[in-house]
Amino acid sequence: MADVLERVTKIIVDRLGVDESQVTLEASFKDDLGADSLDVVELVMELEDEFNMEISDDDAEKIGTVGDAVNYINSQV
Amino acid sequence: MRLVGKAAIVTGASRGIGREIALELAREGASVAVNYAGSEAKALEVVDEIKAMGRDAFVIQADVSSADSVTNMVKEAVERFGKLDILVNNAGITKDNLLMRMKESEWDDVININLKGVFLCTKAVTRQMMKQRSGRIINISSIVGVSGNPGQANYVAAKSGVIGLTKTTAKELSSRGITVNAIAPGFITTDMTDKLHEDVKSEMLKQIPLARFGEPKDIARTVIFLASEDSAYMTGQTLHVDGGMVM
Repeated sequence: MADVLERVTKIIVDRLGVDESQVTLEASFKDDLGADSLDVVELVMELEDEFNMEISDDDAEKIGTVGDAVNYINSQV
Repeated sequence: MRLVGKAAIVTGASRGIGREIALELAREGASVAVNYAGSEAKALEVVDEIKAMGRDAFVIQADVSSADSVTNMVKEAVERFGKLDILVNNAGITKDNLLMRMKESEWDDVININLKGVFLCTKAVTRQMMKQRSGRIINISSIVGVSGNPGQANYVAAKSGVIGLTKTTAKELSSRGITVNAIAPGFITTDMTDKLHEDVKSEMLKQIPLARFGEPKDIARTVIFLASEDSAYMTGQTLHVDGGMVM
């Protein structure tokens, strides 16, 4: 669990250039972390690569916060 | 040679304009995935010609109107080339009829291949190009998509749709280093236009200021321009390559 959050956090920090302390489970990619729609698409792509999974367009649309991403990944592994 | 080390997919590349585009990309140094829907033998000939130039090429069967088929095509090309720099959405069909006589199936078939196909192929390559932070998407529209043409409501709607799709895709992907442009060919001599009646052809010739029909090569050279660094500051545009027919 912690490991997933750590890996997700690293990707978000690298991709969005935000401080690690900003990446909380409640943080919204768009509202709190400065991501635009295309950034979120790219984040999902990177998560797919990192965790070796495919996230459908329908599921990807539901990922709005860091917590959504972590929960989705945990539910799939 | 301006495209050495680049990897391309050309849809509908077994014949006509697509064939010439695939060959010209290879002449400029690119590796090419030669997509075809039905004419495998013709596609293999194109691959042989490209290999004879010392470039990598392979045939790939795919129905551009099927998402699964397109996804597999792009996956195979990326696996083979390790990258993807250029997509040329060229595959197209015609099923001409007067609007009053046009069957729903004629409408659907042309929209599915000529418009939905561009959407599906573009969507499928975007992932790889976004990762690379570079890419060139070149859509083959048609001058009738700008001017309209009696008897081609389906084809014109699709080709006009491609121009709008080009602009939107260009805006969505510009921040990731991907440019998207369209070419609107005029009357180009191919199998598709050979079917036209002689009277129609001579009537069309009168409307072409440069007073000749185009050759597939005229379009292929424009593709090279749009695929190369020379067009780096252009996106969302539609180039009319039609001898001046529509200005």
